[in-house]
Amino acid sequence: MTRATAAATIGARHPSDTLDPAADTFPKLVVENARRLGAKVAIREKTLGIWQSHSWRDYLAESRLIALGLAALGFARGDKTAIVGDNRPPLYWAMLATQALGGVPVPLYQDSIEKEMQFIVDHAEARFAVVEDQEQVDKLLHVRAQCPRLEYIIYDDPRGLRKYKEPCLLSLAELKERGEKFDREHPGWLDEEIARGTGDDVAIICYTSGTTGQPKGTVLTHRNLIVTARNAVAFEGLGPDDEVVAYLPMAWVGDHMFSFGQSVVSGFATNCPESAATVLHDLREIGPTYFFAPPRIWESILTTVMIRVDDAWAPKRAMVRFFLDVARRVERARLARRSSGLGDRLLSALGRVLVYGPLRDNLGMRRIRVAYTAGEAIGPELFEFYRSLGINVKQLYGMTESSALICIQKDGDVKLDTVGTPLPGVEIRIAPDSGEVLFRGPGVFRGYYKNPEATGQTLEDGWVHTGDAGVIDREGHLRIIDRARDVGRLTGGTLFAPKYLENKLKFSPFIKEAVCIGNGRPFVVALLNIDLAAVGSWAERRGIAYTSYTDLAQKPEVYDLIREAVNRVNASLAGEAELAGAQIRKFLLLHKELDADDQEITRTRKVRRGFIAEKYAALIEGLYSGAGHVNVEAQVTYEDGRIGTVRADVRIAEAAVAAAGAAR
Amino acid sequence: MSGRTPLLEVDGISVRFGAVQALERVSLSIGRGEVAAIIGPNGAGKTTLLNVISGFYHPYEGHIRFEGKDRTHLKPYDVAALGIARTFQNVALFKGMSVLDNIMTGRLLKMKGSFLLEALYWGPAQRQELEHRAFVERIIDFLEIQAIRKTPAGQLPYGLQKRVELARALAAEPTLLLLDEPMAGMNVEEKEDMCRFVLGVNDEFGTTIALIEHDMSVVMDISDHVVTLDYGRKIADGTPDEVRANPAVIDAYLGLAHA
Repeated sequence: MTRATAAATIGARHPSDTLDPAADTFPKLVVENARRLGAKVAIREKTLGIWQSHSWRDYLAESRLIALGLAALGFARGDKTAIVGDNRPPLYWAMLATQALGGVPVPLYQDSIEKEMQFIVDHAEARFAVVEDQEQVDKLLHVRAQCPRLEYIIYDDPRGLRKYKEPCLLSLAELKERGEKFDREHPGWLDEEIARGTGDDVAIICYTSGTTGQPKGTVLTHRNLIVTARNAVAFEGLGPDDEVVAYLPMAWVGDHMFSFGQSVVSGFATNCPESAATVLHDLREIGPTYFFAPPRIWESILTTVMIRVDDAWAPKRAMVRFFLDVARRVERARLARRSSGLGDRLLSALGRVLVYGPLRDNLGMRRIRVAYTAGEAIGPELFEFYRSLGINVKQLYGMTESSALICIQKDGDVKLDTVGTPLPGVEIRIAPDSGEVLFRGPGVFRGYYKNPEATGQTLEDGWVHTGDAGVIDREGHLRIIDRARDVGRLTGGTLFAPKYLENKLKFSPFIKEAVCIGNGRPFVVALLNIDLAAVGSWAERRGIAYTSYTDLAQKPEVYDLIREAVNRVNASLAGEAELAGAQIRKFLLLHKELDADDQEITRTRKVRRGFIAEKYAALIEGLYSGAGHVNVEAQVTYEDGRIGTVRADVRIAEAAVAAAGAAR
Repeated sequence: MSGRTPLLEVDGISVRFGAVQALERVSLSIGRGEVAAIIGPNGAGKTTLLNVISGFYHPYEGHIRFEGKDRTHLKPYDVAALGIARTFQNVALFKGMSVLDNIMTGRLLKMKGSFLLEALYWGPAQRQELEHRAFVERIIDFLEIQAIRKTPAGQLPYGLQKRVELARALAAEPTLLLLDEPMAGMNVEEKEDMCRFVLGVNDEFGTTIALIEHDMSVVMDISDHVVTLDYGRKIADGTPDEVRANPAVIDAYLGLAHA
């Protein structure tokens, strides 16, 4: 615990939070890029099968025309422009154009339903909307009746819109024509408007899709985004020659940071894929050097590759499998900072030529220098797979309220279970009572738009409450363990993070589902589900006969098998100062699988803690009472809807508690 | 029909296969720019009618006029050159060729130039190839099949193969597009997509469309004009509402379907 207090704050203020007034907004930076980088590619888009490039000079010229067109329609400083569509250059230009006029772009998720769109357009008081195509035009036209402030809808792709006669509709081409005319009548006007902007102007409002209640509009200033982008660019050594693929929604702050913010700050090129379905293919054509994907995308890329490997000729398949195993061993050794042995090192050199290189090329990841995963915890297998191929995947932690970035793992200092150290200029501390992660830094948002109540709950004296519970490890890395509201305390005061423990338990292939209990209790206990397929085949190999799930789960041998897994989790917990006291003392194997039909888990396989605590109260009491077994009856709903009763005598087992501070 | 200038006029054609009278003095007129549907029970002669229009069969009596000129006895090749393209009831793609190449074959009639220049890919040949490719890319974009551009056609699911077939027909820049059961065997979502594309083609390229379709909700939704055949004879011809209300049609077709 003492160590934890010593490292209660990590990170430090950074001197570079100041901005040059000549380059303190995105429009000013793009003017500078057009002068400095000129003909260098700023953004590409694949249309009609061909990559079309636009230089920084084009980027500025296009944005200027859109800005002038908006001005001709009567755009005033402070007006909002809703931006809806897939990642397309004109939409990025429309954002910059809005900023150039002292307005605020409000990107919306392109797959939002009308009701969500209506809320945001109305709440943000958008006067203008720049959208991609007919689909979005249709939605906005429906929404317009409820959003009287929305005056103009400007579209990029005219297909299907020829017969639309609404006076509020305008194509981007027409808008630019009006812009040209406006420029002739008011020469130099736009340059003055750009010069009027300052770093503390609002640069964007990003609405976050709240899981509860209405979306909140996170207000970020030019200073927030530019300083954060600049620090991250310096941290990763990004430059004008880097390439990024923009394929995640424009409404998401991450895309805004990577494809717009950092691109403008460092001058690198953003590439817009042809369509959502062609992303993997386009990825290979571009060969980005800088890449971002949430774990589910990393996973789906891996699946597509492994399917193709499975289809390959048997000797080839065996070769790929063999070298992937080698790579995994070497990477594990590297993460654990031990040597992988001469044999494996030689094999891995061979593997680079035969397997890893070609595979990376096929994935479109041959040129990647920096890649991130974020959003949720990435499976260790997945993370190891990519790293073992030599792709520099790192974990990142951030949120909209931090201008996308808080922590990034440093090159060469990557750990499986942490999100790294704070970005330069960011400070992090852990709230002593709740275990919640707080941060402050240059990227801290200004507040939620028109929602002082929510702002007050999140932002306190410059510190932002993330809502995540975390710990800082001995080397100053942040580890996120759970949502703060799910975290509790044992009666002794030790932090109890159920999901963190459950995820650790579920790393064992034999454990399918786990429910940990401990809030307000003297110690932690676990209700576990065995994985019928894995444990069943294990039992068969050992000649253990069983009749049913219930029967198998209550075999003493199976209890021994699972006890080993629990002991391993305990040993790993012992190495973490804050969690060593929250080891699992007792566990039992449930006589039935937790099932959504019985309301024990949700359809998306999330454990319903409250319901389980009630339904299995007798088992939980048994775990805390010191009994050796508990008799239970449980109702089960069969697939055909009949309800039956399962009776069982459930054993209770003790696990070994490892000494705190012990090595893992 | 509907006051538009007729693009295609079929006047009293009859076709016989041995003892089977496939078509008996069928007349109809399809106006420029309209979507016309041909419906009828199995064996009513719908596909035969399409085959006559596209020159696969020749009627022993009657006339076909396309753009005001008599075209009764042309070969399929000449019919295609006139600007009539079609898709087939059973998908007829080159299975081993990529989607792109399949669609490029639709441009064949528009390509000219010598074998030598083509082989060298030089001068006008190169310019021509690029123009054709650009046109094909517009269709690919229009039908939203960018992701399968390089996929062999045989590997695609059925609904997509149908879409590729439509793309190939469009590549010929037809004035009249004949679609033989474009939605057969599709699920609801694929049907909706196909409807959207058929209407889109009509709207965007101004192509006149004649289609055979069994799904009545599709027919009634997208056609301007419905022709009903039964046992090789035309029993109704009019707007969807008129045809729906026609007792002969209800007996022959709709009645059966709802029985």
